[in-house]
Amino acid sequence: MANTAHADHAHDHHDHKPHGLKRWLYATNHKDIGTMYLVFACIMFFGGGAMALVIRAELFQPGLQFVDPSFFNSMTTMHALLMIFGGVMPAWTGLANWMVPMQVGAPDMALPRLNNFSFWLLPFAFTLLLGTLFVPGGAPAGGWTLYPPLVLQGGDSFPFTIFAIHLMGISSILGAINVVVTILNMRAPGMGLLQMPLFCWTWLITAYLLIAVMPVLAGAVTMLLTDHFFGTTFFTASGGGDPVMFQHIFWFFGHPEVYILILPAFGVVSEIIPTFSRKPLFGYESMVYATASIAFLSFIVWAHHMFTVGMPLAGQLFFMLSTMLIAIPTGVKVFNWCATMWKGSISFETPMLFALAFLFLFTIGGFSGLMLAIAPADFQYHDTYFVVAHFHYVLVPGAVFSIMAGVYYWLPKWCGRMYNERLGKAHFWLSVIGVNVLFFPQHFLGLAGMPRRIPDYSTQFADWNMVSSIGAFIFGFSQLLFVAAIWNAVRSGEKAPQRPWEGATGLDWELPTPAPYHSWETPPAANILPKPGH
Amino acid sequence: MATTHASHHHDDKYYVPHDSHWPIYGSVSLFTLMLGLCGWLNEWYGPYVFVAGLLMVVGLFVGWFNVVIGENQKGMYNTQVDQSFRMGMMWFIFSEVMFFAAFFGALFYARQLSVPWLGGEGAKMFNKLLLYKDFDNAWPTNGPARVGPRDDGSFEVIPAFGLPAINTAILLLSGVTITIAHHALKEGKRSILNIFLAATFLLGFLFVYLQAKEYSHAYTELGLKLSTGIYGSTFFMLTGFHGMHVTLGAIMLLVIWLRTMNGHFTPQRHFGFEAVAWYWHFVDVVWLGLFVFVYWV
Repeated sequence: MANTAHADHAHDHHDHKPHGLKRWLYATNHKDIGTMYLVFACIMFFGGGAMALVIRAELFQPGLQFVDPSFFNSMTTMHALLMIFGGVMPAWTGLANWMVPMQVGAPDMALPRLNNFSFWLLPFAFTLLLGTLFVPGGAPAGGWTLYPPLVLQGGDSFPFTIFAIHLMGISSILGAINVVVTILNMRAPGMGLLQMPLFCWTWLITAYLLIAVMPVLAGAVTMLLTDHFFGTTFFTASGGGDPVMFQHIFWFFGHPEVYILILPAFGVVSEIIPTFSRKPLFGYESMVYATASIAFLSFIVWAHHMFTVGMPLAGQLFFMLSTMLIAIPTGVKVFNWCATMWKGSISFETPMLFALAFLFLFTIGGFSGLMLAIAPADFQYHDTYFVVAHFHYVLVPGAVFSIMAGVYYWLPKWCGRMYNERLGKAHFWLSVIGVNVLFFPQHFLGLAGMPRRIPDYSTQFADWNMVSSIGAFIFGFSQLLFVAAIWNAVRSGEKAPQRPWEGATGLDWELPTPAPYHSWETPPAANILPKPGH
Repeated sequence: MATTHASHHHDDKYYVPHDSHWPIYGSVSLFTLMLGLCGWLNEWYGPYVFVAGLLMVVGLFVGWFNVVIGENQKGMYNTQVDQSFRMGMMWFIFSEVMFFAAFFGALFYARQLSVPWLGGEGAKMFNKLLLYKDFDNAWPTNGPARVGPRDDGSFEVIPAFGLPAINTAILLLSGVTITIAHHALKEGKRSILNIFLAATFLLGFLFVYLQAKEYSHAYTELGLKLSTGIYGSTFFMLTGFHGMHVTLGAIMLLVIWLRTMNGHFTPQRHFGFEAVAWYWHFVDVVWLGLFVFVYWV
């Protein structure tokens, strides 16, 4: 076997990087694959963001200005699919690829070739999905939740959507298996689970969620496929099925999915706040248990997404109360972060600013989630812009801000150069102002009764829609500063020391800067391992 | 280009595999397969692209596993790699369990909720009074519109204690034979290993053959098809995906049988064997769930 022979005579080349296209196509290095994930996620963020700007441009004023309603619906559907499966999830996997081996003291991920497979499935999955923009009938327009019977009435895009989701699912499951195995099997000798940085903990729990629920989504969309093409009646009452059954199966996936998007954010913030407060994380173990509790609860709350569908009273009560329970472990986290900062020696570099914005704005999103959890109140809020405001608060200043916080935080370790602090701060302030101008008015619109997923609206909603659209364009275009900051750092940033943040702890900061191609070629010494419950 | 700085001679060092073209090849093959299916289902073109993709996927499995088996036979993998493979396989099987859980969930939902509601149970009494006056909550059912291949909407089901019971016995027996083979492998009794492993995959293929006969009986004589309402939908999707998994599992058994015949696996190191054995037990357990909830009760 030529490949193996190759490996044999080259195995004493230390830190030898492959060159050219092969380095990326045939990659097995966790840093290369992590970089590809992050670049891919960034492209998808801008693609999904462009779609969001189409939506906000159309909604700038009442009436139809720019796009026809069907294309508008395609934009809302595709924006969601791109941002969730192409943006946030790959960004987290990219950060996990970079950081998990460095933080647990491993040379690489446990299954490096599988890792590359996980990544390379994504561009192909999104080729299938984005290709639907050009097929007869246009891109899917029934919403990312793919509810039947509407989704079954789609045009030629229907099977593309289903199979794109299958490919994304395979990618996520394989990626998650890799993270679990890396954390459980590749930790440095002597490193207990409760010595791991919280980013590893939250990703471990996220990976369990992924392995448990992505196959359920695969099953759900497979049933849609057979209902459409092969005459099954899972979701058709005439044959004894029920369209509501799809909603149950979908949200059994969908609710854990929203924690898949946010749990790694808790991990990143739990690293950044202690660093810039120059204090250890308050309540490390309670953070771990709170994360696990949130993950467990995520499996028994799904029907709060469908209170208005007509559910037995006992069901409504159960799902209302179990949903409210989530506030307890989430509250534990928020108070722990606050207690970490208490009497700390705090400085406000860009990662800390994004982490603090996360802390405030994610909590706002959490509170509006509690309002939505109240079943009788949800009858009023359901399918209004209040819901849109809620989940964008947890996803944009929640998940996306913490991704950006993580990138600013670890960029010096990755490329050996500092970003420009002024550029980072400009990016932060424009983002945080833009995001609030964009999403806060949507609470008012929703409470006033404006439905979501519509291209036109009653004139009473005009003022706040205009404000929201202005915020959208400020937020959207200020993300170019993010790219500029990274580009500038990689090209011409100041050389970064080994530990650019004086308060940073963990194995990732014990490595030289920039981190060597193979992170830990030999296991780290016992005296640099983090203390248990640090 | 090689990144195997950690060598295969020492167990105290890390192992990082060299690069591979199989992941990108695999992505292209799955993309071709799915693009082919999309075009075929949309009736843009025939099954050609799909078949090409399928052949590429077969090539993927043959090629990638060949590399891994070859490296393993050369002793390149240390015990840590072995443990990673084991954990990876376990979590993969867990993901498969959750895939079946979606379809079992659909079955339970239909039987416990949607069909009783359509029959006017409890607060849904207006379904009975106004919508579906002559539909009663019963199982099996093909729904209020009695959808299915026959004009009168009738269909028959396959009784549990016929072929399905025989199939249950076959799979349970194959679980015994693979366990005997495993013990023989650990005790170095190669001829017993070879015989019982052969028995296991033969039983597996026998199961698939009998399932195929049952399907053709259902399609040609019983009026039971995928399109026979919710009963036909759940019946064929659950048993169909299970049958696909048994077929794959039997092929996996055949492959490791060929490997044992070539002297692969030692009493201490035989991850490939155990992975297939776990997978086989998994399809066995799924079948028990199917036998009880699809055929029997």
